[in-house]
Amino acid sequence: MSIFVDENTKVIVQGITGGQGRFHGLRNRDYGTKIVGGVTPGKGGTDVDGIPVFNTVKEAVAATGATASFVSVPPKFAAAAILEAAEGGITFIVCITEGIPAHDEAVTYNRLVEEYPGVRLLGPNCPGIISPGKCNIGITSGDIALPGGPVGIVSRSGTLTYQALHELSQQGIGQTTCVGIGGDPVPGTNFIDCLAAFEADPETKAVMMIGEIGGSEEERAAEWIKANMTKPVVSYIAGVTAPAGKKMGHAGAIISGSKGTAQAKMDALREAGVFVCANPTEAGQKMVEIVRAM
Amino acid sequence: MDLFEYQGKQYFSRYGIAVSPGDVANTVEEAVAVAERIGYPVVVKAQVKVGGRGKAGGVKLADNIDEVRLHAGNILGLDIKGHIVRRIWIERSSDISKEYYASFTLDRPNKTHLGMLSAQGGVEIEVVAEENPDAIAFLSIDPVRGLDIETSRRWVAEANLDEVAREQAAQILVKLYECYTEGDCDLAEINPLILTPDNKVHALDAKVTLDENASYRHPEWEEYRATETEDPREKMAKEKGLNYIGLDGDVGIIANGAGLAMSTLDVVNQVGGSAANFLDIGGGANADVMASALEVINSDPKVKVIFVNIFGGITRVDDVANGVLEALKRVKIDAPIVLRLDGTNAVEGRSILAPHLNSKLVMEPTMLDAARSAVAFTK
Repeated sequence: MSIFVDENTKVIVQGITGGQGRFHGLRNRDYGTKIVGGVTPGKGGTDVDGIPVFNTVKEAVAATGATASFVSVPPKFAAAAILEAAEGGITFIVCITEGIPAHDEAVTYNRLVEEYPGVRLLGPNCPGIISPGKCNIGITSGDIALPGGPVGIVSRSGTLTYQALHELSQQGIGQTTCVGIGGDPVPGTNFIDCLAAFEADPETKAVMMIGEIGGSEEERAAEWIKANMTKPVVSYIAGVTAPAGKKMGHAGAIISGSKGTAQAKMDALREAGVFVCANPTEAGQKMVEIVRAM
Repeated sequence: MDLFEYQGKQYFSRYGIAVSPGDVANTVEEAVAVAERIGYPVVVKAQVKVGGRGKAGGVKLADNIDEVRLHAGNILGLDIKGHIVRRIWIERSSDISKEYYASFTLDRPNKTHLGMLSAQGGVEIEVVAEENPDAIAFLSIDPVRGLDIETSRRWVAEANLDEVAREQAAQILVKLYECYTEGDCDLAEINPLILTPDNKVHALDAKVTLDENASYRHPEWEEYRATETEDPREKMAKEKGLNYIGLDGDVGIIANGAGLAMSTLDVVNQVGGSAANFLDIGGGANADVMASALEVINSDPKVKVIFVNIFGGITRVDDVANGVLEALKRVKIDAPIVLRLDGTNAVEGRSILAPHLNSKLVMEPTMLDAARSAVAFTK
């Protein structure tokens, strides 16, 4: 099995007529994802390489039965696009947009929670989600993922996620689902959401968790793991040498005063029984070792 | 982006928050002119983005023109923890009967806003939080609903602000929240918020951090950007549109993706080296971006070696390899370059570079090997 998305997930692309939306939407379709429609206001009735375009999410959902949306629109319009998806009946929203103001994210997150409690948002500023062999929504290169499990991956960083997929795939170790939760300060889906889903998924036997400096989601995840997780977790945290007070590429990757350091996160995870590794390669090797011993 | 105190006060003023009358000065003569205009006594304050300026001699009281001249002369050019003072803020001195603390920031775990208010201001709030956490009244604010005046009134009472200060403080907090949200701040902090002997409440200091993701709707931030960074490397990188942070080591870093770039700094450190910078060239690692990145790193005299760490996803490694070759034709690089290329089309990419490899252009199979090889060049 996989978490959140599988071979039956019907997906629309908001912003499909834009450069990014078209490029990644078509790549996702080529991978086998059921991309059933696209949305661009004012371009309803046209198509993108055979994919029908609608003016609104509501129309797209009514015509296609889509339940998931891939939001690929500029930062100015992203918050409105996310809310339109929720209002239009979409229940799983993947937003890859980087550069959304934090206040917009905070308002959008809380509106989703209050007005559309059944909706899950992944991102913003994330690479998306891939259930290898079944469904790929976002910008992850499908070539580096290997179907069949048994590893679940959850990560705040795009390239480190690819690296993790690659290290495992090269050793013949497959993945159930790989979730990029993104590097912004208000992620719609957090580590715990993914860990809980992986814990409940019978095909996932072990989880790789890739974190970074900033916030306290890793510490909260550590508490959750300690109390609930029966499957082994391997972790890598980026930013041990990052200076305080600087946003390290991701808007959410910042050490504020003494809060959000990599060391505190690693200590908390180690204390929760997680295998904490010093670099991504070591984390890959550790996971290979764990899976081979199963 | 962190603002200087004077910029923070100007930002507060836009939202109707009272601050002491004052102005910024770049020279002793400008400082004198400001003081003469606003009237004595004045406070001469160093404008640096670092704490502890008072102890470092960066804040002085002046009762007359000679004292302004003396203090302004001493403070301009002063080195405060590595920050050279280039500007000073001159403001009318305030009599203080009480010092409070107020701030708004994002509460990341709860995905709400967090207000902090304390009757014990004037000291670092981290210290208060450590020694006397009950002295801080925390307020969780739903970003959808915001902060209304009734809630604010209850909050100032809960924080035990003096009776005479409460109504004014409650009004200021609502304005500060507006400044924080509409002004797209990551942090809006007043420390101290003071009560004067004639029962007036106003902001004596201002600490504001702006969310750069919101800059598209704040054209007025342009003036802050001009004064933002003193590091010439960061200035150059910004002009070239690169995501660059200057550090103190001698291994120049180029990586794609924020996580991988951070990880590269860590790995260099693990093998005994020290990074000269953080540089994320993002997804599109083409020749233009690579050339810009190499140029910025090459401009740093401390750099002894450049470590290019690329993991291809959508970005294909063969494109990156061609980008590197093209960039090297355009920019003359003195330092040796160590490459690690992996991911999509890595084999093709490596074979493109293979004929060009030499003692100053080295390819390594893994991130760890490449880090070791790069650090060896610095010893």
